[in-house]
Amino acid sequence: MIKTDILIIGAGPTGLFTVFEAGLLKLKTHLIDALPQPGGQCSEIYPKKPIYDIPGFPEIMAGQLVDNLMEQIKPFEPGFTLGDRAETIEKLEDGTFVVTTLRGVKHQAPVVAIAGGLGSFEPRKPPIPNIADFEDKGVAYIIRDPEVYRDKKVVIAGGGDSALDWAIFLSDVASEVTLVHRRKEFRGALDSVEKVEELSKVGKINLVTDAEVKELHGVDGQLASVGIVHKEKGEIKMEIDNFIPLFGLSPKLGPIGNWGLEIEKNAIKVDNSYDYQTNIPGIYAIGDVNTYKGKLKLILSGFHEAAIMCQSAYQRIFPDKKYVMKYTTVGGVTGFDGSKKEAKKEVVKAIG
Amino acid sequence: MDVTIKIKDREGVVHEVQAPTDMAMNLMEVCKAYELPVEGTCGGMAMCASCQCYVTSDHQLPEMGDDEDLMLAEAFYVEDNSRLGCQIPITPELDGLEIELAPES
Repeated sequence: MIKTDILIIGAGPTGLFTVFEAGLLKLKTHLIDALPQPGGQCSEIYPKKPIYDIPGFPEIMAGQLVDNLMEQIKPFEPGFTLGDRAETIEKLEDGTFVVTTLRGVKHQAPVVAIAGGLGSFEPRKPPIPNIADFEDKGVAYIIRDPEVYRDKKVVIAGGGDSALDWAIFLSDVASEVTLVHRRKEFRGALDSVEKVEELSKVGKINLVTDAEVKELHGVDGQLASVGIVHKEKGEIKMEIDNFIPLFGLSPKLGPIGNWGLEIEKNAIKVDNSYDYQTNIPGIYAIGDVNTYKGKLKLILSGFHEAAIMCQSAYQRIFPDKKYVMKYTTVGGVTGFDGSKKEAKKEVVKAIG
Repeated sequence: MDVTIKIKDREGVVHEVQAPTDMAMNLMEVCKAYELPVEGTCGGMAMCASCQCYVTSDHQLPEMGDDEDLMLAEAFYVEDNSRLGCQIPITPELDGLEIELAPES
């Protein structure tokens, strides 16, 4: 059981900044995120896009903002459960919560902060009628262990970075790699596109463009072949072991929707006159995942909500303590790792 | 000045909405403003295709940019008349436009 003070669900910018605000109050934090890396949408969807409305940053790349936040929160040593989704929540008799993930990891905390954005990112599944029948029987939407594909015949579909990068990587692992894309143009990074082109010329990647995987066929329930429809050549049948469609991820509110929280328009209703608490005391919702009159889904709103929420969480955890807010310019930042940042003392020197 | 746009949702219900031409809005934002089921996950960067729609009237629309074109190359349920709502600014020429929301994916 992982124990912490504030369990944060969602490691996007709001969740990450919550670590900082909690840390100033000496509260420990742990984050759960369905994605394998922190940063949420900023890392997953638009790391190379500039953001212009982060106060104090005239322009910053989304990926850089995440890197900066990770650096800022490092002294507070947050724990991470990544690549796993928060599934169920249970309230114990002592008032604390236990959140269990899809893989069965249990987390206990007196306060839960949901900073889940638009939800957890789930792979987008192509609309091939019987695809669900072959899930884990030759079809996978996420590559967890590349060794699974050793000496196998693999078909990857998609035109973005993950399709390109995995085709390159698996060309050294699998016995055959075929990359199927609907166009000749790819959306991924230029050097990945060039690498795929190179590997296709030397026969290490079988590149099939202007084509789409339309049919899946199995033998004894296991995937055995795919039917590819090519714009000019028509139907191509290919015997394979594995099919990996990589069409990006789309967010779904998911199991949090069944936690008994008041939901409105796919977002969690909170008390915005005070502390962004939900209808369940001890569970807060901050950032894009919450809603209230006048809500603005901006990163800066999430930062503000995180600060307020942590103050309320402190009161909840230590009802008898009186906390006085300290400015970092005055109090500095003392990390759990023993580090201390503070303003340099001015040198006083008399004249004359 | 406002233009009138007919939007058929995924249940087949047609919503006739008024969209302002002077607010720098796009079709995805208009759908969201009227609380139609368009997610707009990426916020309008042509990076998610959650605002894909089919243009069913014969209006002259702005030409597709590379971002939109390549995103549609990876989206599902794409037809010849598919567009991303976020890439279509609301202009006076759009008056009477008819669109249909593509299935969710």
